[in-house]
Amino acid sequence: MATKSPLQQPSNDPVLDPMIDPRTGEYAVIAPGHNFKSVTQKIAGIVLTGNTPLAWFFGLILAAGVAQGLVIGVTWLVLKGVGIWGVTIPGAWGFAIINFVWWIGIGHAGTLISAILLLFKQTWRNSINRFAEAMTIFAVVCAGMFPLIHIGRPWLGYWLFPYPNTMNVWPQFRSPLCWDVFAVSTYATISIVFWYIGMIPDFGTLRDRATLPFAKYMYGLLSLGWRGSTRHWIRYESASLLLAGLSTPLVLSVHTVISFDFAVAALAGWHTTIFPPYFVAGAVYSGFAMVLTLAIPIRKFYHLEDLVTLRHLDNMAKVMLATGSIVAYGYAMEVFMSWYSASHWEFFMMWNRMFGPMGWAYWMLILTNIAIPLTTLWSRKLRVNVGYLFFLSFVVNIGMWFERFVIVVTSLYRDYLPSSWGTYRATKWDYMIFIGTWGLFTTLFLCFARFLPMIPMSEIRMMLPQTKVRPGGANSEEVVQEAL
Amino acid sequence: MPPREGVYGMLAEFNTPSELVHATHEARLAGYRRMECYTPYPVEEAAEALHFHKTRVPLVCLLGGLMGVTTAFLMESWIAAISYPLNIAGRPLFSWPAFIIPAYEWTILFSGLSAAFGMIALNGLPQLYHPVFNAPNFRNGATTDKFFLCLEAADPKFSLADTRAFLEKFPAVSVVEVDH
Repeated sequence: MATKSPLQQPSNDPVLDPMIDPRTGEYAVIAPGHNFKSVTQKIAGIVLTGNTPLAWFFGLILAAGVAQGLVIGVTWLVLKGVGIWGVTIPGAWGFAIINFVWWIGIGHAGTLISAILLLFKQTWRNSINRFAEAMTIFAVVCAGMFPLIHIGRPWLGYWLFPYPNTMNVWPQFRSPLCWDVFAVSTYATISIVFWYIGMIPDFGTLRDRATLPFAKYMYGLLSLGWRGSTRHWIRYESASLLLAGLSTPLVLSVHTVISFDFAVAALAGWHTTIFPPYFVAGAVYSGFAMVLTLAIPIRKFYHLEDLVTLRHLDNMAKVMLATGSIVAYGYAMEVFMSWYSASHWEFFMMWNRMFGPMGWAYWMLILTNIAIPLTTLWSRKLRVNVGYLFFLSFVVNIGMWFERFVIVVTSLYRDYLPSSWGTYRATKWDYMIFIGTWGLFTTLFLCFARFLPMIPMSEIRMMLPQTKVRPGGANSEEVVQEAL
Repeated sequence: MPPREGVYGMLAEFNTPSELVHATHEARLAGYRRMECYTPYPVEEAAEALHFHKTRVPLVCLLGGLMGVTTAFLMESWIAAISYPLNIAGRPLFSWPAFIIPAYEWTILFSGLSAAFGMIALNGLPQLYHPVFNAPNFRNGATTDKFFLCLEAADPKFSLADTRAFLEKFPAVSVVEVDH
């Protein structure tokens, strides 16, 4: 907002709150008073500290403990087969596909932040970019596991890829499940590469600031000998921009392809053209919720309120409001189309979804995805209320999980022929493996927070007022004074 | 290859990007060509002062993308129509619209990898040793908060005394000799 509206709350008075920029009336993206050295010390200090906080160890033990559920569950699955799950005919796609879609959707916000917001020159994204990308990668790790273990014989997973083999068998490229392999593997690869490329200059900083020889050695290797040469920076910026430009269509295509898994099937409730946009919006919605789930404790725990400010939380909440509204439109259109199609099957599917034996899941979804977030996120006061946003992020993540549950289960268990109707009930192994992936995700994230730079230092430096280059080589004191 | 012995260049350290850009600009006017700036974040004005505008990263990326789309599409067509023809509900063997999606993904995969690894290769990385790391103050600042200009000894105009005198005209924090 360029002008300050007279209707704004009195607490937004810039005189009272130093975090509010008096020119715009918005919260600052970076707290005033920082310089190149202070931001570097703050971010590098988290990684290079000699005293790891005790809470980190407790968190790691807890997360790794929960991840044991995954280890045990998958081991038993490999020994016994997918029969230990609740999947049967007709409900052949159970938790595995729900969790796959849920996790990969969570990942999408990371790419949206790192790529799409970069292209739109939304510099506020710089501080949350790195850990959102890390979240993407760890979410894709969790997501990728599910189709792999769902194929029944995970050790033959490489059969999914086109490679010359003595059986003379090749993949079937007309199948959306084959497209999935291409989309998800590309997404994982490009996300990891983009993430790593982004960290190279920061590894250089860590190498130069580390005191332990082993840390110097490791960060030195990871930095590839980065020295901040201007020619390198220009190529680096060019490559980053290209990767952002490539990731943008990629992220849109990945969830589109995943939605094709459903939309291409001739099943009531799945066979709709609205799926691709509505899946992508839902993915971004749940992803931003997960970014909030992670960002809020991290900024508190590591005292990063200067760098991840209320402005970030406010902006993320606005993105959730926008994508949540698209999702709400998607739900409304589904209901409308099931009536407007004049198809008996579609009509029954929607009736069954709302009032059938699993109708509670549908209303749970409406409550957590639409009713709670889309009524409250309009309020600026709630958008900058950290506790409320933290609560809301869980609500939306639960809601988005139920969305996938509703889509996968309610269309499958009662299809065209009443004689083939069944039901779906997840077993303890389903729950164990699903909860285990939360542990895996948290474990990976805790390791990331401890050993890698959580916030991109070079990008934060670019946001400081000291970066302004003045012709004729201005005196350094002048610039510093102007910045203060 | 320049000789591995002796002086690599003269390194001046600045506190602000403005001073660095000014000094680089003046050095270029004074006739120096073999020089490089080292900054903790990308300073586009420094690249302009160095007259470094064009990178070949986009070209590498484009070639990668073209390779990706061709590879994927030809592979799919060959597999589906020639090597392993399957009759799926009577659809034509060469059902190209379905092949677009994997081809699209591989376009992005190949071009993304080309952009990333092309950038690393064009930058001559990984290069764990570089003479500028020998300067005592370089690693303390170049990746944190200081701005460096290195006039290299390979430049025909370089001479220890004159180059040092030239750099000391600017408000540099320090001017040091860098050895190989």
